[in-house]
Amino acid sequence: MEKVIAGKSVDVDTNGYLTDLSQWNKDIAIEIGNEEGINEVTPKHFEVLTYLQEQYKKDIALTIRGVGKSGVVDIKELYTLFPKGPLKISSKMAGIPRPKSCI
Amino acid sequence: MKNLVILGAGTAGTMMASHLKKKLNISDWTITIVDQYKTHYYQPGFLFLPFDTYKPEDVKKTIDEFIPKGVKLVREKIDIIDKDSDTVVLENGTKLKYDILILATGTKTAPGEVEGMLGDYWYKTIFDFYTFEGALALRDKLKDWKGGKMVVHITEMPIKCPVAPLEFAFLADSFFLKKGMRDKVEITYVTPLSAAFTKEKSSAALGHLLKEKGIKIVPDFAVEHIDGEKGVIVDYGGDEVPFDLLVTIPTNMGDEVMLRSGFGDDLNYVPTDKNTLQTTVKENIFAIGDCTNVPASKAGSVAHFQAEILTENILLYIDGKELKPDFDGHANCFIETGHGKALLIDFNYDYEPVKGKFPFAGIGPLNLLTESRLNHWGKLAFRWIYWNMLLPARKLPFITPKMSKSGKNFD
Repeated sequence: MEKVIAGKSVDVDTNGYLTDLSQWNKDIAIEIGNEEGINEVTPKHFEVLTYLQEQYKKDIALTIRGVGKSGVVDIKELYTLFPKGPLKISSKMAGIPRPKSCI
Repeated sequence: MKNLVILGAGTAGTMMASHLKKKLNISDWTITIVDQYKTHYYQPGFLFLPFDTYKPEDVKKTIDEFIPKGVKLVREKIDIIDKDSDTVVLENGTKLKYDILILATGTKTAPGEVEGMLGDYWYKTIFDFYTFEGALALRDKLKDWKGGKMVVHITEMPIKCPVAPLEFAFLADSFFLKKGMRDKVEITYVTPLSAAFTKEKSSAALGHLLKEKGIKIVPDFAVEHIDGEKGVIVDYGGDEVPFDLLVTIPTNMGDEVMLRSGFGDDLNYVPTDKNTLQTTVKENIFAIGDCTNVPASKAGSVAHFQAEILTENILLYIDGKELKPDFDGHANCFIETGHGKALLIDFNYDYEPVKGKFPFAGIGPLNLLTESRLNHWGKLAFRWIYWNMLLPARKLPFITPKMSKSGKNFD
């Protein structure tokens, strides 16, 4: 379905995750961040988002542990930046699919 | 003579040995399987040990008795895999040259990954039930436990048999009720996931069951450390959950031989094509079961479905033909819900578990995602099927490696 985020019409899934990364821009990330309770989206946030997008493009499954070892942030910082479900929120802001837990 | 080597004689490795023994021409191929241990555990049975419903002898047999005649079993620890020279080096220095290598080294718990898990309180107030030793230690603890706060806890995903922690919580409820002390026990289910389960429809059904049984759920909890003295688990956000008895599922990790050989991911899982089961390490190395990084459940049923597909792909590989991308992530799991009932779920990479009938559309007799006694009997019968049908790679009637969509209510 379509949704207007930061003045741009984008395709999203039922949970509000972008389905086409090419439609993403920084303003979209900021608006989703605000919706998720992150009032100030800083350059450090964007560093994480860029890392997630790169991993996604390489088809690498994302885990909190993996992000913690990425050298971009440690797990503690990740939780400070994106409190409560950091991978879910950061993935949503990064315009990539909701992380799947392997079940 | 060509060599096919299988590393690991657990569920997946043993099934591959059984399949390939039947399919490979024995005048051309030598099949060798390597495992350092003597015992083959029926791992789904570990769930029942703490409640004393299964006895230790119910879940133990020897590895030897399931290795088909004509397959060479080597009992030795694996040191390293040298992919460049197609050689496996064992700890005693023996070198095994291979033409085809199958990795089936599984996954195991790594309680040392979380600060405070191992130590003074391990097997005193902090337990796991994913190991034979842990399940028995917990059984002894539960025998005369007077009650208090029991926390059932998942450290991080992925874990082997992802439904087992939920089953444990359900069975604990049933166990304490039967003992007449349910009112003295507070059960809390703590998970890094956002709900009881990751898939939406089963999460709703399972979340409802938790509520019905008076089990509290704490979602989105990623443990940072455990304070055994104070009796709390603490997450990265600083939230605490108090416990008197912690039943934790430690981090699960692949075998360290992958780390030593330089091709595991950050949890020592082997990068593997999720549909063909060929690793991305090298074209003559394949992987099956819990040791891979494919986004399917780490469960025996998955290894069973993979085994049929991998066997076919190994034969295609030998013939120089293109591999079939046939593994669809199919998993099929019984979920014990206590009081002699169980649920059954059937799903794959693309379709989440839904309600319906299995294996025959409209008939069943098993109900999907709905509690029933028959499902519980199915779960108990599975132990016999495991030893007598799965490990010897006998065909299961009506159950296909690829998930069937018929009989399911997708809306």
